Amino acid sequence: MTATEATVIDAGVGNIGNLVRALRHLGAEVEITCDPATIRASRCLVLPGVGAFRPPREVLRGAPEEAMRSAVDAGATLLGICIGYQLLFDSSEEFGTTDGLGLLGGRVTELPGGVPLPHIGWNRVFAVRDHPLMTGATNDDHYYFVHSFAPEDVPEEWVLGRCRHGRSFPAITGRGRIAGTQFHPEKSGAAGLRLLSNYLAWAGDLAAEADGGASGVDGGNSAIAAGH
Amino acid sequence: MRATIEPTGLTRRIIPCLDVAAGRVVKGVQFKNLTDQGDPTEAAARYAAEGADEIVFLDITAAPERRDTDLDWVRRTAEQVFIPLSVGGGVRSVEDGRKLLLAGADKLGINTAAVAEPELLTRLAERFGSQCVVLSVDAKRRDDAAAGTGPSWEVVTHGGRTPTGLDALEWIEEGIERGAGEILLTSIDSDGTKEGYDLELLRRASALSPVPVIASGGAGTLEHLADALETGAAAVLAASIFHQETYSVGAVKEYLDHRYPMRIQTGASR
Repeated sequence: MTATEATVIDAGVGNIGNLVRALRHLGAEVEITCDPATIRASRCLVLPGVGAFRPPREVLRGAPEEAMRSAVDAGATLLGICIGYQLLFDSSEEFGTTDGLGLLGGRVTELPGGVPLPHIGWNRVFAVRDHPLMTGATNDDHYYFVHSFAPEDVPEEWVLGRCRHGRSFPAITGRGRIAGTQFHPEKSGAAGLRLLSNYLAWAGDLAAEADGGASGVDGGNSAIAAGH
Repeated sequence: MRATIEPTGLTRRIIPCLDVAAGRVVKGVQFKNLTDQGDPTEAAARYAAEGADEIVFLDITAAPERRDTDLDWVRRTAEQVFIPLSVGGGVRSVEDGRKLLLAGADKLGINTAAVAEPELLTRLAERFGSQCVVLSVDAKRRDDAAAGTGPSWEVVTHGGRTPTGLDALEWIEEGIERGAGEILLTSIDSDGTKEGYDLELLRRASALSPVPVIASGGAGTLEHLADALETGAAAVLAASIFHQETYSVGAVKEYLDHRYPMRIQTGASR
């Protein structure tokens, strides 16, 4: 297999070095950018993020966000990680309500008390749906989490994996060519690398279909057209 | 004991610790007579394959200033080991922390520098987030406790040689207030004895700390690790039992599984 080219969107916050190292370890050629033209031309987008929701949201507002939508419309896949995952939803309630990218339905709310917050460490994710990202997944996979907020009110048909910390929340969500994980796959050992590898393979497959003019990619363009 | 329905599936962590000097794993007594124990990247990769949940490196390189090449071992490790990596030693400023994080560390261990300048914890937490600030506390039992008051512990630095006058439990509370996201708590009395962790210290610290407490110092048997987790510690750190291959990380987890939630890696130790 030829090397997959992956575009890591750098919204200027947080240390994305270890994500880039993991993708390169898996054989991807990685470009790190926030340039709209580069994003638009990509076939494999990764949106990372650590810290708070609002700063990267403001960085993406406008041209970068439009470029992400155009790229997905043209056949690109998009994987959000941690805050990058939360950005995909309709809104977040961290420090007042902020609109998200609205690519996935649901809102990001604080996890309930009664358990240690932030939620830091390895937690089990139950695989609840088949998806190219979930190839090889079991109900005993653990991934590394660092967060206090998580999505809720996500339509069940998009939830791929569920985790429990104070409440059950969607830890992996996928809709059409868009997917995301609340945990850090780049820090989740073999299970995390497998998920990233699945993502690169899926992106490669869909890009080949899009470039070959094939139609009928399940949930592709239509999922975006039905978006918000 | 575990309830039937847990509010979380969060696991307790097993953390091997490696001392590093000039880019090599070393072993010595009180940081003296150091012997070369191999390459940190190889050791970390081996532990990760066995199922380690995190690796703690203590960089004991004696150098007034760190050159960029001094962190090559961190870079190499981060390129090959994809679990959380914590690096302590030598972080005296936000700039030191930034260099370590860029090299691939996920967490910064702060010990002596925080005692000297507590505001450093706040500055690191504000810049990088509490999740990557680990306050490392070396605690020594006070033997002058008045009858009936129970034991107390003093913070010491430089491997136990320098007393600070700080009460360990109060210092932990202050450190958390200032932004530490985790506490790595080493009993200097137990460290190196292989006779078990200081359980009373761990119990007190875990009870007062809203952030994870990592138990350190004294692991010699599997039961010691279970005892430490029983105090409420979120994680247990051990060095010699893993280096001397008394137990593999996988064997430790197998022993503790079902008593405490563990991440058991399918296909570990390939």
